[in-house]
Amino acid sequence: MSEKEKIAMEQKETKRKSTYTIALAGNPNVGKSTIFNNLTGMNQHTGNWTGKTVANATGYFEYRGEQYKIVDIPGTYSIMSHSEEEEIARNYICFGNPDATIVVVDATSLERNLNLVLQITEITNNLIVCVNLLDEAKKKKIKINLELLSNILKVPVVGVTARNKKTLNNLLKVIRNVCERKEQINPIYQIHYDEKIEKAIEEVREIISKQYKIEEKLARWMSIKVLDGEEHILKEIEKQLHIQLMNNREIDKVKKEVLENLKEKEIRQEEFKEKIVSTIVKDAEEIGKKVCKFENKDYANRDRKIDKILTSKKYGIPIMILFLLLIFWITIVGANYPSQFLFSLFGNIQEKLIEFATYIHCPGWLSNMLILGVYQTLTWVISVMLPPMAIFFPLFTILEDLGYLPRIAFNMDGFFKKACCSGKQMITMCMGFGCNSCGVTGCRIIDSPRERLIAILTNNLVPCNGRFPFLITIATIFIAGTIGGIGASIVSTIAVMFVIILGIMMTLVISKILSKTILKGMPSSFVLELPPYRKPQFLKVLVRSIFDRTIFILGRAVAVAAPAGLVIWLFANIGIQGQSLLTIIANFLDPLANLMGLDGYILTAFILGIPANEIVLPIILMCYMQGTSLVNMEDTFAIGEILRQNGWTILTAINVMLFTVFHFPCATTLLTIKKETGSWKWTAISFFIPTVCGIVLCMLTTLVYHVFMI
Amino acid sequence: MKEKTVNELELGEIGVVSKIIGEENIKRRLLDLGLIEGTDIKPVLVSPSGDPRAFEFRGSLIAIREEDAENIKLK
Repeated sequence: MSEKEKIAMEQKETKRKSTYTIALAGNPNVGKSTIFNNLTGMNQHTGNWTGKTVANATGYFEYRGEQYKIVDIPGTYSIMSHSEEEEIARNYICFGNPDATIVVVDATSLERNLNLVLQITEITNNLIVCVNLLDEAKKKKIKINLELLSNILKVPVVGVTARNKKTLNNLLKVIRNVCERKEQINPIYQIHYDEKIEKAIEEVREIISKQYKIEEKLARWMSIKVLDGEEHILKEIEKQLHIQLMNNREIDKVKKEVLENLKEKEIRQEEFKEKIVSTIVKDAEEIGKKVCKFENKDYANRDRKIDKILTSKKYGIPIMILFLLLIFWITIVGANYPSQFLFSLFGNIQEKLIEFATYIHCPGWLSNMLILGVYQTLTWVISVMLPPMAIFFPLFTILEDLGYLPRIAFNMDGFFKKACCSGKQMITMCMGFGCNSCGVTGCRIIDSPRERLIAILTNNLVPCNGRFPFLITIATIFIAGTIGGIGASIVSTIAVMFVIILGIMMTLVISKILSKTILKGMPSSFVLELPPYRKPQFLKVLVRSIFDRTIFILGRAVAVAAPAGLVIWLFANIGIQGQSLLTIIANFLDPLANLMGLDGYILTAFILGIPANEIVLPIILMCYMQGTSLVNMEDTFAIGEILRQNGWTILTAINVMLFTVFHFPCATTLLTIKKETGSWKWTAISFFIPTVCGIVLCMLTTLVYHVFMI
Repeated sequence: MKEKTVNELELGEIGVVSKIIGEENIKRRLLDLGLIEGTDIKPVLVSPSGDPRAFEFRGSLIAIREEDAENIKLK
């Protein structure tokens, strides 16, 4: 065996054997995910708002021949309470047995972050504190004495700027040292509570240690929980470690004695809890004061000035609308050119494919079915979906990176509170304007499960990118078409704006109705951090939003578009007694459609358009032109002619616009809803809510129209 | 005498927390953010709809709704 082969063998060997496991903890929004990504090279989306990581994300990396597994646990301010994220975080640190736990802290608000660090010192000794965002701190003239911090906590402290990959080298070294050290070095920092409380904790700990073989530190932490009466946490400990802490006669006895004792010293159980929390916060404050130096006391002034404008009574909401309009405008105008390019590219390939099919003597029906059915629908969906998403998401991600999104939630919270919901729902709606499927995924930022579900169910009530062009086309033809000139574009813009506002209002109304009926409940507490504004990293934004969102959504859409293309083709080409299936279905739907001021073909097109809203108009045109494949038409005027010839009036146009906004979600969104809620029942409800809204609204306008016209 | 809460603070006026009351969950959340006895708290922003307001304490800016802020008593 040559030397080279030997090394290769050894490397393989190490890869297989002992991998170290590292947990990555920290407050929300401190750059945890950025560190995770830079270490693992995986692309997990990081957002400048709280609560992005909901489940543990796992990644791997190699350093000096060792294989490391790193687990990104949800960001939390604490690991003491009951929320879902805190439970996941706590369970992993306590019971996941990581070789090291890295706590990432924000250098610009070290004091608050230390609270979590201190809580974790109560559970594990294998702690690494990673002070991130040193660049931001430097800008704000905050100086942090890392060495002193390390001396106080008696754990390794590493300063990094996670955006800058190079600065992570130190962290890697420290990780390695901590993982590889065999025996425990000196004990790390320990919180000292009030004398009486310490005595009480010690008494309970002795009993636990006597009964079970548990590390002293963990036993101490457990005894605090026993005295706390934190049933929830105790249950979890019992389950994970197969021990009994509650209904344990000996422990109960000591607990009772100790609590009596404390009561005599005027510490009741509720106060015990508070004392524990405030001791930790005070310790954090003290340490923070020692290691941080604020050379510029008014470091947040610039942010506050910006905030005063962006959240002002007068300009707050108009600026928000302006931002969103600007993004839509850039998206719609900008997407035209790449869409055209993709159309002609795929069109050319299509011609080649047809030639090829003829060349190999493929039967006509088969090649038509595959090329005009599957291929054309598939490429159509890509051409119309890809460019707007590739433009919208980076723009949206820039707003996200800037830290503007939490401000949107802050501005809009008042309205959502009235609907018994969270202001964060507005953020998910804004994402929904880009793509409802993304909006639904984004609902993870809402903490309360009830409010999250409402946000998911109502997300489709705002029109996505796929529906905008259709809305604009119809508005231009029928509403603005009667005016002409510059006035036309203004009128059509207003018409589209009107439907959007209607969508937003409907969201609030439906949310309120849901809150009062099947999803009863009061608005949960709304505690939202407004993080400091940060400069977006434009290149990373581009890469991230394209890979994380665009490609992902496109993948799902394509998976649906291909079979749908086949179905559409079959419907248009298979018939009974000279009538295509399409016509038969349209005729069947005609009575309902007429009540809604539409016609059967339009309804059929919406149903067949379920893979992507973008293909609704092409299907309508295909039906009217008696075609057998989708029709692409650029000329708005010509589209208008065809529609008018087939009986469209201003009423039809208004109803089509309404139904475009209010109808069942596209297949991609439905799949996402199924994934997020894990339930077909909620998926079905999300299907019916907007559909029923749309049917009722269309019937109403038709009724009103006929009453006034006659 | 009724205790003063942060809701009674004018924008820019600094108050000192005396205690957090209220239902367990919200109490815990506020404590976790570092709102304990002796913490300086200052409302700095108000949402266009009047509620919530954003408070500055311990170097962060946190939006809290009126009914939740009611639980933060001042000295």
